[in-house]
Amino acid sequence: MFGSLGSFESGLLDEFRRLESEMDQLFGAAPWPAGIRAVARGTFPPINIGSTPEQVDVYLFAPGVDPKSLDISIQHNLLTVAGERKRSIDQAANYYRNERFEGEFRRVLTLPEDVDPDKVEAAYRDGVLHVSIERRAAAKPRQVKVQ
Amino acid sequence: MTEKQDVTTQEPKAVREDKDTERAIRPAVDIFEDAGGITLTADMPGVARDRLVVQVDADALSIEGQIDISLPEGMQPLYADVRSTRYQRSFSLSKELDGESVQASLKDGVLTLRIPKRAEHRPRKIEVRTG
Repeated sequence: MFGSLGSFESGLLDEFRRLESEMDQLFGAAPWPAGIRAVARGTFPPINIGSTPEQVDVYLFAPGVDPKSLDISIQHNLLTVAGERKRSIDQAANYYRNERFEGEFRRVLTLPEDVDPDKVEAAYRDGVLHVSIERRAAAKPRQVKVQ
Repeated sequence: MTEKQDVTTQEPKAVREDKDTERAIRPAVDIFEDAGGITLTADMPGVARDRLVVQVDADALSIEGQIDISLPEGMQPLYADVRSTRYQRSFSLSKELDGESVQASLKDGVLTLRIPKRAEHRPRKIEVRTG
């Protein structure tokens, strides 16, 4: 898309740019229309969202973040995750590559309408923050019996 | 009209995407050098220690890891920035680096490698004597 503009070294960025253009070509857009709060791909942290009839699972790939610095909040179906990643830079050293994200981040995600903001769990493992939000009972599929 | 054109251009792309699905992610790295050696830090979120492979072969350093996340059964993807479950990246080492004494640590999805310089290549401070 903007391939010629940036000379990014980061493979993740390349990957995201490639996927973005592929997604655009395949589906016209992402599986749901681009949200008003959607950010450019390559923004830290990368996110995957999946759903089952019972819950919505959000995975934030945020390695090297102190879990205590994470601020997770949910309002209706808007999930906000904010945090900071600090790096210790050695002033005396020569840096050859500096690809990793540093600083504060904040992502706001629009989840499906039927999530229950009172039933949220979060866990941080191996650098991945997993937030799972239960869906309201009414939204779960029910068997309808034919009389 | 434009929509129709889009449809016809989809097919070759779809085929390409199929081949590329298991393409490894190139992890973002920081690399810096100090007097004693080189430190490499790589972002590999989702990789547990037993799914990480760091290999030094002659003068090539390779890091590889598999994302290991247990997903709920029957999960449908709604959105995905990360589309592969594998990280891979390699570097060539120069002769003054001691590939045999590489130290690796993995914490919260961040891999840190310390590659020391061979003793004879470490800079020596030369004292200036006075008097």
